[in-house]
Amino acid sequence: MAADTAPALAEPHARFAAASRWGAVEVVFWLATLLPFFVAQDYLVLASQIAITALFAVSLDLILGYAGVVSLGHAAFFGLGAYAAGIVSKAGWGEPLLGLLLGGAVAGIVGYGASFIIARFRHLALIMITLGMGELLAQAANSASWLTGGNDGLQGVKTMPLFGVLDFDLYGYTAYGYALAVLFLGFLVARRITNAPFGLALRGIRENFVRMAAIGAPTLPHIRKAYTIAAIIAGVAGAVLTETTETVSLETLGFQRSADVLVMLILGGVGRLYGGIVGAIIYMIARDQFSDVNPQYWYFWIGLLLIAVVMFLPNGILGGLERILPSRRSGG
Amino acid sequence: MWPVIGVLFDGFAYGMLLFLLSVGLTVTLGMMNFVNLAHCSFAMLGGYVTVTLMNRFGWPFFATLPASFLAAAAASVLFERVLYRHLYQRSDLDQCLLTIGIVFVSVAAAAYLFGTVQQPVHLPDYLHGALAVGGQSFAVYRMVLIGIALLLTGALVAGLELTRFGAMVRAAVDNQRVARGLGINVGRVFALTFALGSGLAGLGGSLAIDIVGLDHAFAFNYLIYVLIVVSVGGLGSIGGSFAAATLLGISDMAGKYYFPQFGAFLIYLVMIVLLMWRPAGIFGKR
Repeated sequence: MAADTAPALAEPHARFAAASRWGAVEVVFWLATLLPFFVAQDYLVLASQIAITALFAVSLDLILGYAGVVSLGHAAFFGLGAYAAGIVSKAGWGEPLLGLLLGGAVAGIVGYGASFIIARFRHLALIMITLGMGELLAQAANSASWLTGGNDGLQGVKTMPLFGVLDFDLYGYTAYGYALAVLFLGFLVARRITNAPFGLALRGIRENFVRMAAIGAPTLPHIRKAYTIAAIIAGVAGAVLTETTETVSLETLGFQRSADVLVMLILGGVGRLYGGIVGAIIYMIARDQFSDVNPQYWYFWIGLLLIAVVMFLPNGILGGLERILPSRRSGG
Repeated sequence: MWPVIGVLFDGFAYGMLLFLLSVGLTVTLGMMNFVNLAHCSFAMLGGYVTVTLMNRFGWPFFATLPASFLAAAAASVLFERVLYRHLYQRSDLDQCLLTIGIVFVSVAAAAYLFGTVQQPVHLPDYLHGALAVGGQSFAVYRMVLIGIALLLTGALVAGLELTRFGAMVRAAVDNQRVARGLGINVGRVFALTFALGSGLAGLGGSLAIDIVGLDHAFAFNYLIYVLIVVSVGGLGSIGGSFAAATLLGISDMAGKYYFPQFGAFLIYLVMIVLLMWRPAGIFGKR
């Protein structure tokens, strides 16, 4: 961080332009996401789940990694998007893109409302408030079983073919392509935001809330805006999950999902967008492998991994890699 | 028969249980700002010590309570020395993640050692049954629980207010740096307080078995309740924890009794409203 502020003083626009230039590693990474179509066709369903979870993790990174808002209830927005898409599809409008927009819109509206509460708190109170609001929503969804199906989950969701031609097949070709495309678009949005002056302001708020307010940055509106955007992206991710699996369960907005996504993000590395994606890939593949062996003890290994990451890799796996490999930015 | 009194009594007993489980966390959080989410893992350890000693070695119930206190306290000191002390200067988030990792490990270890079933515990006969007073029946065990909790609260408050060690703890909670400057070994005071608090949690875990049961997910399920008590009561405030635990215990019982269809809805609503009114907790200073 220290190295790339020096040219910024000379020419602010050059700094933003340099930050938003695509690196070779990034291009290779996104090309590699196409590999499952050719080499791992049996795992396309898992791959689409990973893409969805990665988008969810990116949305959490926007508020946690950039604005410094710790949330233990982020699954609320994922679940809102999932249920919105599921309910509209059950009512007969299973058009995937419509469900996507609706999921994002519902989560965004609720997120905007919630952001007025969230922005006022910091530290432990913030963690407890986000946790409490997530649990309230989960309880509400459980009691409103006429709408959500309660504990049994929402049945009867039917997704129409994408663009009217691409059917969602059993092997997950369409599902993975669709989820990957949405992930990429969501990532582009997040990347654009974090490389803009707004993203820099968010980082400033994360580093020193009081000083940012003192230099005239509208800190509370900034946090509200970031929170709403993150809610929209999480809602879109939830809608994609509904459309590709054609079912919604209460688990989509439970505490477990909020905790899991936080773990993935920390594992990958906070505040670097790719951290969420890498964390989701590792976590989901590891869970898939371990739960084949011994489903009950999966959390033992995740717990050990968490302890090890916090003790030895404070900036996650990507942060550790950056320390080992000479990075392009600090070199130039 | 007045159901209101029954609900209040059960809620108060439940609140006392929550208080025992959370009082250690509130003091250590207030003193070191260390977010120890694994607090309930120590409580769970206490519960399993009681179950093992009673069922496998035939100890009487009350004899197992000091053992579970000591076991939880000893385990917490070990963790504090090996892992926690490296993280005092790090962010809340890192501390949360390390300790939630410990929760995951402890839950899986408990499932491995004891299975995922509810642990049976056979209390002595004189703890069963109920006492009838004016047409109301009060369960004996809950009265014992309330008695123990009130005694411990009295001892804690007196110890904190009247002893030299208590004065050192209060100084460290109020201002760690000044306390250090006055020659108080804050690290050692903290380690002792931490052990005491975890021991109380272990005791709470043992006493909780008959009321809420004990299984491998205990460390996870009660974590949320304990955090609610701590954040609503205010960090570092024993009186605040007592008030918050009572309030939440009663509102949880009332919610389950009068509005069973909403489940745990009420307890979260109460927490959010209280935190919005006072973000630092009812008795919180910061």
